[in-house]
Amino acid sequence: MAFLEIADVQKKFAESTAVEHVALGVERGEFVSFLGPSGCGKTTTLRMIAGFEVPSSGTIRINGLDVTRKPPNQRNVGMVFQSYALFPNMTVAENVGFGLKVAKRPAAEIGRRVDEMLKLIKLPALANRYPYQLSGGQQQRVALARALAIQPQVLLLDEPLSALDAKIRVVLRNEIRGIQRELGITTIYVTHDQEEALSMSDRIVVMSEGRVEQIGTPFEVYNFPKTTFVASFVGTPNILRGRVADPARGTIVIDGQEIVASRGFEDARGGDVRSVALRPETVALHELAGDGNRMAGTVEDVNFLGSIVRIRVRFEENAISLDAFNNPNLSLPERGHRVAVSFPREAVLALDAPPTASPAE
Amino acid sequence: MAAMKRHTLGSWLFILLGGLYFFLPLLGTFECSLRYRRGVYSVEAYRIVLNDPVFRATFTYSTILAVATIAVGVILVVPTAYWIQLRLPKLRPVVEFITLLPLVIPAIVLVFGYLRIYNSASVLPLTGSETATDVLLMFSYVALSLPYMYRAVDTGLRAIDVRTLTEAAQSLGAGWGTILCRVILPNVRVAVLSGAFLTFAIVIGEFTMASLLDRPAFGPYLQLIGANRAYEPAALAIITFAITWACIGLIQVFARRTPGQVAGAR
Repeated sequence: MAFLEIADVQKKFAESTAVEHVALGVERGEFVSFLGPSGCGKTTTLRMIAGFEVPSSGTIRINGLDVTRKPPNQRNVGMVFQSYALFPNMTVAENVGFGLKVAKRPAAEIGRRVDEMLKLIKLPALANRYPYQLSGGQQQRVALARALAIQPQVLLLDEPLSALDAKIRVVLRNEIRGIQRELGITTIYVTHDQEEALSMSDRIVVMSEGRVEQIGTPFEVYNFPKTTFVASFVGTPNILRGRVADPARGTIVIDGQEIVASRGFEDARGGDVRSVALRPETVALHELAGDGNRMAGTVEDVNFLGSIVRIRVRFEENAISLDAFNNPNLSLPERGHRVAVSFPREAVLALDAPPTASPAE
Repeated sequence: MAAMKRHTLGSWLFILLGGLYFFLPLLGTFECSLRYRRGVYSVEAYRIVLNDPVFRATFTYSTILAVATIAVGVILVVPTAYWIQLRLPKLRPVVEFITLLPLVIPAIVLVFGYLRIYNSASVLPLTGSETATDVLLMFSYVALSLPYMYRAVDTGLRAIDVRTLTEAAQSLGAGWGTILCRVILPNVRVAVLSGAFLTFAIVIGEFTMASLLDRPAFGPYLQLIGANRAYEPAALAIITFAITWACIGLIQVFARRTPGQVAGAR
C-alpha cells in the first residue's frame, strides 16, 4: 500500500463535478506534481488531501490511516499557499513556531526547531522581522519553514511560486526540491507551469476537467503522452489528425500522406479518426537517412527566435512546426516554397481516443 | 497654473468655512464654561463638575457599562462576522440589515419594547431588580452599538485573507478557539478597537434608554445639569467632547502601533 493513497475520489459542488474518480498512490518520500490548467481539479484534490474539502465519494489514506473525514487540524499535513498566508501579527520566528506552540511543545524545543528551520531556508537573520518586511520570495521560504516545522507526514504546496517573478521562481523551485530531498518528505505540488512540474517531480499527474489524464515520470509524460490533452499541454507539440490505415502497424493517413506511428492504434479500426503528436525538435526539414516518415508541404511561416528558427509547414488541414538550430550558414526556406519534412517513426506518438469518443461512453 | 492656484484657494476656503462651522460653537461653549466668575476667566465650572460626587458616580457607572457593552459586543460580533465571511457570505446582506436596525428604530421605541417584554410581570422580569435592569441596559447598548461595532469588525476582516489564514492555522493543528484568539482577533485588533471606542463614546452620552430604565448613568446626569445650572453644562459638554476625542486619538495610536498590520509585501 502506498504511503498516501487516493482511492476513487470524487468531488461535486452543487451541479458541477470538480474531481472525477481520481486514484493515485504516492510513495513515502516521493515528489508528485499535479499539473493542469485552471479549473482542472488539481487544487480541489490537494484541498481534499489537506482536509479543507470533504470528498463526495472515495477515500484518502495517509500511512494506512483513513483521513477522509478527519478535520484538517488533526491530519498532520503541512500546507504552503500561493499567497504565503503568513500571520501578519507574528514575527518570522513566531510564524515558524506557531504549529509547535499549538501542539504545546516546550519552549526550548520550539526555539531549537525554529532555529533549525530558519537555517534550512537560509534566513536565520530575519527571525524578528514581520512578514510585511520581507520580499515575496522570503515570505514563501518562511511559509515553507512553518509548514515543515511541525514535521508533517505529507507536505502540500498549492502553486507556491505563482506570485513570484521568473528568476526567483527558478531559484526557489531548486531550493524546495533540495529541501524535500534532504528531509525525504512526501510532497504533493500543484502547478500549472509545466517547466516547474517537469524539473521538480518524481512523477507528474496531468489533470484536465477533473480527470487524471496521465500519471508518469516527467520523461514519460513529455516523451510518451497518452492523450491529445497531455500532448498539447506538456511542451508545444504538433497534433496531426488523420484516418487510421492499419491499426496494428500504426499507420495513419494525414492529408493524403501515410506515416507510421511508434505504436499501433489500440481499440481503433481502419478509417477511424485519430491523432498523433510530434515534437518540433524531432522534425527535420531535409530528408533523414533510414526508413523514417516523409511528408511534403508548403512553407507557411518562418520565425527567427534567436537560437532557433521555427518553420511552419502546412500540408492541407494539418500543419507542423519544426525547429532548426540557428547558425550563420543556415539556408532558410522562403514562404510558399514546397519542402519535404522527415521524422523518425519513434517520434510519432499515437494518442488515445478522447474520452467522448470511447466505446464505453 | 493660475487655475491650479484658484483650485487650491477654493479648497482652503471650504476647509476654513468647515472649520469655523465646527469650531466656533465649540469655542463659544468653551468660553462660556470659563465665565463662572464674573469678570474673569476661571476653571471653576470644571472644578465644581469634577468634584461633584454625582458626576463621579454616574461617569463610573457609565464607564463600567461601556466596558461590559464592549466585551459582550466583541464576543458577539467578532465570531459572527468571522463566520459570515468564512462560511456564510450569502448571509452578509441579511446580517448587515439586522445590524442597521438600531439606527432606523428610535431608542425610545426600543426601550418601550424592552419595558413591555421585560417588565416585572413578564416571564423574564429584568426590570424587577436594579442589577437585572443594569444587565438589560447593557444589552440594549450592545444593540445600539451594533451598527458601529459590526461595520468596524467586518471592514477589518475584509482587509485580511480570512480564509487562507484560517486554513494555514488549521493545517498547523489549530482549532477554532486558537484561530479566533491568536490569528484572527490580533489581525483585526485595530478594527475591534475602533468599534470599541465608538461604543464607548455612544454609551457615555446615551440618555433615552438610561433615563427610561431609571438608571444612574452619565447621560441623564448631563441632562439634569443642563436643565438646572448655567455654566456647568458648558464645562460638561467640553469634557464629553474631550472624552470622545481621546477615544478617536486612541484609535489612531493603536492603529499605528499594531505590528504587522501594514498590507502587502515589499
